[in-house]
Amino acid sequence: MKAKYILFLSGLLTIASGLFFMTFNANGNWEFILAFRGKKLLLLLTIAYTIGVSTLLFQTLTHNPILTPSILGFDSLYLLIQTFLVYILGGVGFVLLDVSAKFAIETLIMLAGALLLFRTLNSENNDLARMLLIGVVFGVLFRSINNLLQRMIDPEEFAVAQSTSFASFNSVNSTLLTIGIIIATLSSFWIWQQRHKLDVLLLGKGKAIGLGIDYSRFSRQLLLCSALLVAISTALVGPILFLGLLVCAIVNAVSPTVSHSVRIPLVFCISSFTLVLGQTIFEQIFQLQGVLSVVIEFLGGLVFIYLMLKKQK
Amino acid sequence: MRYLAYFNFSLLLILCLISMSVGVADFSWLDLFQSPEQAQLFFISRLPRTLAILLVGATLSIAGMVLQIVLKNRFIEPSMIGASQSAALGILIATLLFPATPLLAKMSFAALCALMGMAIFMLLMRNLPPHQKLMLPLIGIIFGNVIEAITTFIAYETDSLQLLSVWFAGDFSGVLAGRYELLWLTAALALLIYIMADRLSIAGLGQNISTSLGINYHQMTWFALIIVAMITAVIVVTVGQIPFIGLVVPNIISRLVGDRLRQNLPTVVLFGANLLLACDIIGRTINSPFEVPISTIFGIIGTLIFLYLLFKGRR
Repeated sequence: MKAKYILFLSGLLTIASGLFFMTFNANGNWEFILAFRGKKLLLLLTIAYTIGVSTLLFQTLTHNPILTPSILGFDSLYLLIQTFLVYILGGVGFVLLDVSAKFAIETLIMLAGALLLFRTLNSENNDLARMLLIGVVFGVLFRSINNLLQRMIDPEEFAVAQSTSFASFNSVNSTLLTIGIIIATLSSFWIWQQRHKLDVLLLGKGKAIGLGIDYSRFSRQLLLCSALLVAISTALVGPILFLGLLVCAIVNAVSPTVSHSVRIPLVFCISSFTLVLGQTIFEQIFQLQGVLSVVIEFLGGLVFIYLMLKKQK
Repeated sequence: MRYLAYFNFSLLLILCLISMSVGVADFSWLDLFQSPEQAQLFFISRLPRTLAILLVGATLSIAGMVLQIVLKNRFIEPSMIGASQSAALGILIATLLFPATPLLAKMSFAALCALMGMAIFMLLMRNLPPHQKLMLPLIGIIFGNVIEAITTFIAYETDSLQLLSVWFAGDFSGVLAGRYELLWLTAALALLIYIMADRLSIAGLGQNISTSLGINYHQMTWFALIIVAMITAVIVVTVGQIPFIGLVVPNIISRLVGDRLRQNLPTVVLFGANLLLACDIIGRTINSPFEVPISTIFGIIGTLIFLYLLFKGRR
C-alpha cells in the first residue's frame, strides 16, 4: 500500500517537473518551444532511464548498493573506444561513418570490453574495496589513454573527438536519440519481465541457483543489458559519473520494499525528476548551462563517501 | 641496495643528457660554448626544464613516502588524500580574490588549503578500522573528485577554466628560466624530511611506541602533513598536478630494498626523478614536434604500475 502511494507521488513529481520544464519562461512561440524543449525532455528522460536502471541492475547483480557501472570505468571505456575510432579512421572518416553504424560498432566493442573488465574485477569479489579501487584506477587509465590518443590526432580531428567527451545536455544528434529511445524501450520490456528473477537474485547466489535460476547466464545477460544502457547514455551526453549512484541511494532510502516491481519504476521517476528539475533550475533560473554535470559529480561524490563510511560502521 | 643506487645514478645522468638534447629547436652540445644562441637555449629552456623535472619527481616521491609512513598506509599519496586538489582550489581562490598579491603569498595560501583538505579527509577517515587499507585511497580519490568539482564550478562561474587547466594537468612545457625557481623550495623541504627521517619513522610506528621512545606523535604527524602540503602546493602552482608518482615510486623501492625511510630516501629521490624524466622524454618525442603533457603519460604508466601492485598484493 505504502509502495503504491510512493510510486504515485514520484510519478506525479516527474510529470510536474516535466510540465515545469516545458512551460517555465516560455513567453509564447509555442511551435518552437514544443519542438525544441520536447526533444530535450525526451533526451533527459532517456538519460534518466538508462543511467538509473543500469545502476540498479548493476547493484542487484553485484549485491552491492555502492557499485555503479561508471565507478568501474564503463563510461571511460566507451569514450576510449570512441577516440580510438577517430584515431584509426581519421576525423573525416569518423564523421562520414553513419551514426547508427558508428554506435553499433562502439557498442559492440563496449559490450566485449565490459564483459572482460567485469570478469577481471569479479575475481576480486571477496574484497570490495580492492575491486572498487581497481575499477577506479582502470577508469583513470582509460581516461589517460583517451587523452593521449586525443593528443596524437590532428588538432582539427581532435575537435571531433573532444566534442563527445564532455557531458552536455544541449547538443544531441536526432538519429542517435531515436536509436537510444528504441533500445531503451525494448530493454525496459525485457527488464520488466525479469523483475521477479531480479528479486530472487537479491537472496544471494546460492539461493538463486537453488530456486532454479541459471545464475551465470542470467548475470551475464544483466551485465550486457547494463553496459548497453551505459553505452546509450554516454553516447548521448557523455559521462555523468555519479547520477546513477545518487538516484539509487535516494531510491533505496525512500522505497519501502526491495522488490524490483517497485524499485524499477521508482528509479526511473526519481532519476527523471532529479535530472529534469535540475536542468530547468540550472538552465532557466540560474542561467548556467552545462554545470549540471559538475553539480551531480559533487553531490554524487559526497553520497558515495557517506555510503562507504556508513557501511563501515 | 648499493648497486641499485649506482644504477639509478648512472641512469639519471643518461636521462638528463637525453632530456637536455631533446626538443624542437636544433641543439648540439659541441656548439654550446661557441654559439651564444645555443647557450641561451640551453640555459633558458633545456636546463631549467630538466632541473624542474628532477625536483618534482624527487620531491613528490618523497612526499608520498612520508605520507605512507606516517599514515601507515601504502596506497596513498598527496593527490589521493585531497592535497593536490585542495591546493589547486586554493590557488584559484587566491588568484580570483587577491590577484595583486605576490606569487609566494598565493602559494602559501594554496599550501594552507592543501593542509586543510588533508585535515578534513583525515577527520572523515578517523573511524576507519586499520585493516581496511584500500578504503583510504578509494575514498580519497572520490574526495579529490569532489574538491575538483567545486574548483571546476568556481572556475566555470568566473570564466577561468583555462587558468585551471594549468594547475590540473601537470605539464613541463611552460618551464623556462625565471619561472621554475620556486621549485627549489621543495628541495629544501625534502632536505628537512631527510634530517627528521628517523623521528618520522618512529612516529609511523604508532602513538604508543613513539611516546615511549620520546617522540611527540601528534607533533611529528602534523610536521609531516605540513611539509607534504607545502611541497604539493609549490608543485601544483608551478607545473600542475602529477598524480600517482608519489604512490608508485616508494612502493617499487620498498619492494626492491625494504622499508627504511632514511636509507631509502636517496634511492627514492633518484628513482622518482628518473621515472619522471623518462616519462617527459616520451611525452616530448612520441608526437614530436607536439608535446603530450606529462600528466597524461604518467597517468598511463603510473596507473599500470598501480594496477600491477594491486593485483600483486592480493592474498
